[in-house]
Amino acid sequence: MRWFKNKDTLYGFLVILPSLVLLGIFVYGFIFQTFYTSLTDWGRDPAQALSANPQIRFTGFENYRELFGGFVDARFRQDLFNTFYFTLFFILGCLGLGLTLAIVLDRGPKGEGFFRTVFLFPMSLSFIVTGTIWRWMLQPQGGVNQLPTLVGLPRGEFGWLTSREQIWQVSWNDLPFFTALVVGVVLAFVAAAAFRGGERRRGWIATGSAGLLLLWALTLGRTLQPLPFDEMHGFNLAFIGIILAAVWQMSGYTMALYLAGLRGIPEELREAARVDGASEWQLYLRVIFPLLAPITLSAMIILGHISLKIFDLIFAMAGPDNAPTDVPALLMYITTFRANQIAKGAAIGTILLLLVAAVIVPYLYSQLKSEVRR
Amino acid sequence: MIGRALQYAILFLATLFFLLPVYLVIITAFKEPAAISLSTTWQPPERWYWESFSQAWTAFLPKLQNSFFLTVTATILSAMLGSLNGYVLAKWRFPGANIVFPLMLFGMFIPYQAVLIPLFQFIREIGLGGSLWGLILVHVVYGLPITTLIFRNYYAEIPDEMIEAGRIDGAGFFGIYSRIVFPLSVPGFVVVIIWQFTQIWNEFLFAVTLVSSPANQPITVALAQLAGGEAVKWNLPMAGALLAALPTLLVYIFLGRYFIRGLLAGSVKG
Repeated sequence: MRWFKNKDTLYGFLVILPSLVLLGIFVYGFIFQTFYTSLTDWGRDPAQALSANPQIRFTGFENYRELFGGFVDARFRQDLFNTFYFTLFFILGCLGLGLTLAIVLDRGPKGEGFFRTVFLFPMSLSFIVTGTIWRWMLQPQGGVNQLPTLVGLPRGEFGWLTSREQIWQVSWNDLPFFTALVVGVVLAFVAAAAFRGGERRRGWIATGSAGLLLLWALTLGRTLQPLPFDEMHGFNLAFIGIILAAVWQMSGYTMALYLAGLRGIPEELREAARVDGASEWQLYLRVIFPLLAPITLSAMIILGHISLKIFDLIFAMAGPDNAPTDVPALLMYITTFRANQIAKGAAIGTILLLLVAAVIVPYLYSQLKSEVRR
Repeated sequence: MIGRALQYAILFLATLFFLLPVYLVIITAFKEPAAISLSTTWQPPERWYWESFSQAWTAFLPKLQNSFFLTVTATILSAMLGSLNGYVLAKWRFPGANIVFPLMLFGMFIPYQAVLIPLFQFIREIGLGGSLWGLILVHVVYGLPITTLIFRNYYAEIPDEMIEAGRIDGAGFFGIYSRIVFPLSVPGFVVVIIWQFTQIWNEFLFAVTLVSSPANQPITVALAQLAGGEAVKWNLPMAGALLAALPTLLVYIFLGRYFIRGLLAGSVKG
């Protein structure tokens, strides 16, 4: 009773308590249990996976070591590349198309309501429905490949979902080097931005981290070799079709976000820029785009966490077993529920969680912090 | 003038991109199985053939019923709980609420693969394995963060003076909820119900892992299985896709305004 201001606050706490307990178990308890499972050998031996009372041994980080540096798990490493490229092009596609459509609609064309409805309706569909439709659109000898014949051109020949072609290949062994390089450069930009914003302490910390990372990359980066041989990974062209379908479904979301942002920019601001002699192009570049930057960041984070988790769309478009279009979320499902390698599936699930948390936790933190300040 | 032309050209191309798949679904669903060939994909059917829909309807009716039962039950339960939670977090902040709320929200972003294995065992152990009730429980629990968030942001707009006035009139926690807050909640409920309805109807991962018996399958699982089979003619999956899309599509067309509000609320601040 001492903890609560009055009886009603206590009632409030008692009302929300069941939800907190349920979420505590279903989110944090289960995450912990998954993590623990990932440190065991459950399912390594098929008989053990199927027995009612399996003998499970603790094996430490063995499953993780295998995923990142073992012979059999090359598919997981390719899946990481797939997720990376899918996320990159999916976000770029949604931002580009969404922003273009929002700018056009913001200028108030005739039939604006109709166009808005058309661009946003795929958001209400299930990824399974979208996947089924686009599976048919992207049949190797039909659908999109037939479109050129309607205007008298020869049929397209691209194997949308089945192509085994891979471009931009990198050896898995070069990955630590490239990762350190990219993160180092990003940190250098953060440092520059911090100095420009007058946050000296933050700037120096970022400069120091960037320097250390770049130093490590350029001196010792090449000596860390997870595999004893070069294993090439790259961008699977079969993903182009998946990206197309995903952009079709989700770009309406970015359009809605940008449109809300554009409508929130006061007309006086645009007028003032025009009076100052800004051309239409300069108006967008100097005034409007900087004001939309926070929306872009939010959209990138929301879309990014969706694309890391993408599962249903690929399941419906290409099936769960199509290796060229595999992602960790699908591999976790197959590893756990088809191959019964439960511990390894748990390890993939944990890695997926870490990837999503790296995106979401800073976002939640900044969102809620600014809310408290308000 | 060139700007105008460019503007309409962009709109035209984008409309084409968004509606071509719809055109293809509709004409394929209305073709006779024998008339479907890859080289005539884009031609409209010579004879409109309705049988695909009656076939899909017979095959999918039980799955649609499963989906309706599951979606409606889980939506109502998670909306009610979300409303109460949101009321508490907006108006009766207990000590530690500032820590608990972000921890709750994190639950709506996690990849469910990270909880799937213990969840699968848990549902089986409490005897709900393979049944729709297990799925309902899961959707209610993982729906709590978003429903709580939307209601919390919605109730934050109710002035504290109204709550204060209720207290002076002698109403307590429950009295204020039932007499002041709940009657003001209709728009909040509309947003939350539409959002949850769409999400749960469209969900696939839980449905495909937790429901083992075909009799209890929701529509998304049945559709994925039908379309995944290689031998099937495409008229049936397309008709099935239309049936599976119809409920959420209707909600979107008639209540789009509220749908968008839920969409934007998902990016946390609202």
